[in-house]
Amino acid sequence: MINSKTKTLDPKFKYEVANEINNSNIMRCFACGTCTACCPIREVDEKYNPRKIIRMVLLGMREHVLKSDFIWLCAACHTCDDRCPQNVQLTKIMTALKNIATREGNIHPFFRGQTKLVSTFGRLYDLEDFDNKKRKRLCLPPLKKNFEEVSKISKKHLPKEED
Amino acid sequence: MKYALFLGCTISVREQNYEIAVREVAKKLEIEFEDIEDFSCCGFPIKSSNNKVSLMIAARNLAIAANKEGKICSLCNACTAALTEANKELTNNIEVRKKINKELAKIGKKFKPGVKIKHFSRILYEDVGLDILKKNVVKDLSMLKFSVHYGCHYLRPMELYDHFEDAENPFTVEKLLAVTGATIVDYKNKLDCCGGPIFGIEKNIARSMAKQKLENLSAANVDALITICPLCSIIYEDTQKKMEAEFSLKYNLPVLYLPQVLGLAFGIDQKNLGFHLNKTKADALLEKVKKIK
Repeated sequence: MINSKTKTLDPKFKYEVANEINNSNIMRCFACGTCTACCPIREVDEKYNPRKIIRMVLLGMREHVLKSDFIWLCAACHTCDDRCPQNVQLTKIMTALKNIATREGNIHPFFRGQTKLVSTFGRLYDLEDFDNKKRKRLCLPPLKKNFEEVSKISKKHLPKEED
Repeated sequence: MKYALFLGCTISVREQNYEIAVREVAKKLEIEFEDIEDFSCCGFPIKSSNNKVSLMIAARNLAIAANKEGKICSLCNACTAALTEANKELTNNIEVRKKINKELAKIGKKFKPGVKIKHFSRILYEDVGLDILKKNVVKDLSMLKFSVHYGCHYLRPMELYDHFEDAENPFTVEKLLAVTGATIVDYKNKLDCCGGPIFGIEKNIARSMAKQKLENLSAANVDALITICPLCSIIYEDTQKKMEAEFSLKYNLPVLYLPQVLGLAFGIDQKNLGFHLNKTKADALLEKVKKIK
């Protein structure tokens, strides 16, 4: 049971989410539940419920949503996006929520790790000599080790290291 | 036909069997690839933490492509999605383009509209065509049965891909596979997500999703599951290993990439199609193919 007092609600939260990533159409949601019914995550675990998350955003439950674990569970499969009768783009909403949560220091450790790898090495892996040796053995062209350009454009925008 | 080949992180470092087979099949079909060392990660993995940076990274790759062929062949569903999405956003939204280009200017790059991005499978279907594929088939695989896992980002959101395929009822990859003569078997919940994107968040949920699919595929009784995305493939191979180790559950389901199977039908030497790198072994299937005259 969520206990949200009216004074803890932030009526502007929905605008914040709508402006974070354009054209998510969040205000159009009439809570039919198509998204939840077709969600492959929801099928396995009830703690992820897209209809409820949208309702919470529209009600202004800012802190509760941004500090939750469930916003990180969207697999971005886009099934709900394609099936929503109101053309609400839920994946965009979930991305917006995760981006805002990240800025406020609530990034999930998995994404912190991925973000660090890509901003440091320009790819998801810190290449070792072994990797290019293996590629050579397989007659495949070598991979570049670092992408300074990627580091340059990404680093200053990314989450700070954990204390 | 010439394309800049976009490998992405996972294929180039972990799933070279896919890359090897793609290169072999492309050679056979006279598809020419340009390897661009300067292509980085597509940007997709950063989307959850910072959409703007994800766009910048994608835009940098697109800027590089614009100065080359202008046509990208991607192999991973997620790379295809990230690059296509950034391309559309920056082409249609001039304000976003200005902002991103301001950042890219610091590294001497500039996004220009006009780059085309297509997944290898879509290139086979649309640019090469089923007729040419059929002409290259020298081995009839009609004694084999396959099922297909498309992977979400090959199909959705439909608008992103200009509705080239009905995501509720896709058929192109099955048609590509059918040129080999093999029987394609439909199965329950074929379109469900592999669970890969949340594997690092909640392993148990991801595994349950993959396990459900493996159960449904067991009922379909096929020789192999055919995929076109590295993450989906890793999930179905790893989950099988895990289930085997922990619960003695044996699915014996080889997970192969579409180009590996096309390569077999085209008569390409099995040794050159990267099967030794598959974690699920396809030995029985390969023996059957060897016996085909």
